[in-house]
Amino acid sequence: MTANSKYETQEHDVLIIGAGGAGLRAAIEALAQGAKVAVVCKSLLGKAHTVMAEGGLAAAMANLDKADDWRTHFRDTMRGGKLVNNWRMAQLHAQEAPDRVRELEQWGALFDRTESGDILQRAFGGHTFRRLCHVGDRTGLEMIRTLQDRGVQMGFDVFMECTITKLLKDGDRVSGAFGYWRESGRFVTFKAKSIVIATGGIGKSWKITSNSWECTGDGMALAYEAGAELLDMEFVQFHPTGMVWPPGVQGILVTEAVRGEGGLLRNKNGERFMEKYDPKKMELSTRDVVARSIYTEVKEGRGTPHGGAYLDISHKPAEYVKRKLPSMYHQFKELADVDITKGPMEVGPTCHYMMGGIRVDAETGQSSVKGLFAAGEAAGGLHGANRLGGNSLSDLIVFGRRAGLAAAEHAKKTAAPSLDNAQIDEAERQVLAPFDRAEGENPYTIHHDLQDMMQRLVGIFRTDADLRQALVELEKLRERAKKMRVEGSRLFNPGWHLSRDLQCMLTVSEACTHAALARKESRGAHSRLDFPKSEDVWGQKNHVIVKKGDAMTLFEVPRTAMPAELAQIMAEDK
Amino acid sequence: MADATLRVFRGDREGGKAVDYQVPVTEGMVVLDAIHSIQAHQAPDLAVRWNCKAAKCGSCSAEVNGKPRLMCKTRMDALPLDQPITVSPMKAFPVIRDLVTDVSWNYKVNKKIPPFQPRPGVKWKMEQRDVDRVQEFRKCIECFLCQDVCHVLRDHDKKEQFGGPRFFVRVAALEMHPLDGLDRTRLLKEELGIGFCNITKCCTEVCPEEIHITDNAIIPLKERVVDEFYDPVTMIVRKIFGAKNT
Ligand SMILES: Cc1cc2nc3c(=O)[nH]c(=O)nc-3n(C[C@H](O)[C@H](O)[C@H](O)COP(=O)(O)OP(=O)(O)OC[C@H]3O[C@@H](n4cnc5c(N)ncnc54)[C@H](O)[C@@H]3O)c2cc1C
Ligand code: SF4
Ligand code: SF4
Ligand code: FES
Repeated sequence: MTANSKYETQEHDVLIIGAGGAGLRAAIEALAQGAKVAVVCKSLLGKAHTVMAEGGLAAAMANLDKADDWRTHFRDTMRGGKLVNNWRMAQLHAQEAPDRVRELEQWGALFDRTESGDILQRAFGGHTFRRLCHVGDRTGLEMIRTLQDRGVQMGFDVFMECTITKLLKDGDRVSGAFGYWRESGRFVTFKAKSIVIATGGIGKSWKITSNSWECTGDGMALAYEAGAELLDMEFVQFHPTGMVWPPGVQGILVTEAVRGEGGLLRNKNGERFMEKYDPKKMELSTRDVVARSIYTEVKEGRGTPHGGAYLDISHKPAEYVKRKLPSMYHQFKELADVDITKGPMEVGPTCHYMMGGIRVDAETGQSSVKGLFAAGEAAGGLHGANRLGGNSLSDLIVFGRRAGLAAAEHAKKTAAPSLDNAQIDEAERQVLAPFDRAEGENPYTIHHDLQDMMQRLVGIFRTDADLRQALVELEKLRERAKKMRVEGSRLFNPGWHLSRDLQCMLTVSEACTHAALARKESRGAHSRLDFPKSEDVWGQKNHVIVKKGDAMTLFEVPRTAMPAELAQIMAEDK
Repeated sequence: MADATLRVFRGDREGGKAVDYQVPVTEGMVVLDAIHSIQAHQAPDLAVRWNCKAAKCGSCSAEVNGKPRLMCKTRMDALPLDQPITVSPMKAFPVIRDLVTDVSWNYKVNKKIPPFQPRPGVKWKMEQRDVDRVQEFRKCIECFLCQDVCHVLRDHDKKEQFGGPRFFVRVAALEMHPLDGLDRTRLLKEELGIGFCNITKCCTEVCPEEIHITDNAIIPLKERVVDEFYDPVTMIVRKIFGAKNT
């Protein structure tokens, strides 16, 4: 083992992979602890997926509904997650979100206001009270800009357009990471005492998705390869309302805020079909329920011309719609030739969010590998089987902060690790292999087929036969990926970049399929046609996936009982 | 539908040339879709930045038929398809490869701007009407199209002396924040060179977020600079005490 790698090496106390809300909040906290912090991201700073979040961030501030408090938020989150959430995370999240929001405001964020000058909150599916702090329908932009500016001023080192392809280890702990500059294709190594994974979601494995090219599950795959455990990988959220037309925008999100602001869902016969599926909550039922309802309406022949449902907000005054949902107004007007103040949108389910992820300790975000932490969408546990809208942005700032804090503390107690050149050579070989082949398939076709397959076989409704078939197909895709070839140079080469991201997508897709096959019941976002009911026994356990030798292995972990205080909250009903 | 010809710049810092690609046009297609189609079927190494495909992240900036645009928001059916559509990288920034440019200068300018600093002892209450005008500026998605079109940067390359419209918008958001307590006029005058702007309004015209950059940000900021630096009383004081640190 040698101390120095043969490539450019950056040395820090804490390395944060990902510059979305979770990564940036972690960085700010680690900096506040006096750590030397690096943030690495695949895109430019400020372009992470968080920037696209629209509807808002959930925190029981009780600015409008005085009866709201953390207990209700906790209960809503657990119920929305069908009770397989990590209850300690749900508790911390509900308790700390309001302070984290106030902090954003003190760092310059400007939320929409109530009459009395406080932060305005809107209704969202599954939340008992009006709870989502928002800025029109561009809340994520406000959040990322605020955090970005704060971090820049505090002085983190940002390494943009750099993709990490491997975590490096020193014995049983992490020692750093290996990656390439997207621009030049040159390699770089990072040496760090603690690493926080904040790489976001995995939606790019599906054909119809609201996620950007970045969401290829890299962090989960890297952590898995480094020996960390993945939790609840079967729970993938399909958001009920994505655009369905025109083809180029299929899957792009239509924020739940449309329904939060009073939007109505109808089928082609003009029926408000949610009456059949959830007469009490109607359009504001939880996402899993609304997504299945739309899917069922379409399947049974009551869909719109382009295979969706109608979502209509045009009964509200045009000025109001433009003010509260400006980006939806523009999105439909410019991309679909629809004026949403005058007529309905066509919407259908789109792959949106990964509830599962790296298994972490609730208080610290520590994974099962020493020195490796995770937060945000890349971490699992908080949302259980189904995430409530708005609970992701709050998750990012609550657990981003906690992971940053713990990572900095861990770094203080730890001696500098050393990098192992054999691991670096191996990482280099993996990344360059597609260039060495004289012939082979282009990564775009393999990605296309993967998306097609996951959409067909591991979608909203699942069956034993489909999931088994999916595993067979994944094996074939993996074989094809072993032989793929990329053309051109290493200079900003998207084909090459995809060849790497594809490996991560294959890993997380496989984990998702294994877990989905094993869970023989329906719960939250996981719907099995062959096991349509939720079963109590399944409510008592979660799935964990870990690498044993070269094989992906799955085991069940029993859930621990809630302390009496929390059980009491769950028993109360308001 | 018919095919379109896209004439895309291919090259790097060393130079390059425009290459023609035939792309089948589908309903509702945007220029970014056409670029992706070229990537998937003809040139897998064609470099382009994008993230959201919904005009929310400001990554896919380029010049379509010579006009600074977001590619994800530019409909093919709004372009004359009987002629080749040219797609080139932003001109005001150095090319890295194909449609990707080096925008790092913008991040350097941003670092010079002191962040929000609440006045001591403020109450965290704000009226929506006071927040409205700042929220307009906070809509900025950092696409840098305004920077690309501004002649001070595009034709005169005054990157050392001039911050550009994007950063006037950012300073305006801070200066007009109801609870902010800092004064950034000296920065505007001396480091961001707001005086170079001669209010051509080209930046406002290209802003995909429809921010009234000139009217609502630049002009009020220019007025502040004038008030502070060229106000007769202040001028006299300066003359007497020397202009050393002004
Ligand atoms: C359209 C849309 C709207 C949404 N609206 C809402 C909403 O209103 N409310 C809500 O609560 N949630 C919403 N969500 C969900 C929420 O936005 C995301 O879950 C959340 O932003 C994820 O944040 P993150 O910090 O975990 O990761 P991200 O913001 O996804 O950031 C991931 C970061 O990791 C980096 N990265 C990834 N892989 C690598 C690698 N290999 N090497 C280096 N860097 C890497 C990326 O470059 C990026 O910087 C929405 C999601 C979508 C798609
Ligand atoms: S108005 Fe000023 S900043 Fe805007 S383009 Fe013209 S000169 Fe540049
Ligand atoms: S002000 Fe407008 S044009 Fe300029 S960077 Fe921001 S969004 Fe783009
Ligand atoms: S891809 Fe985000 S603005 Fe075009």
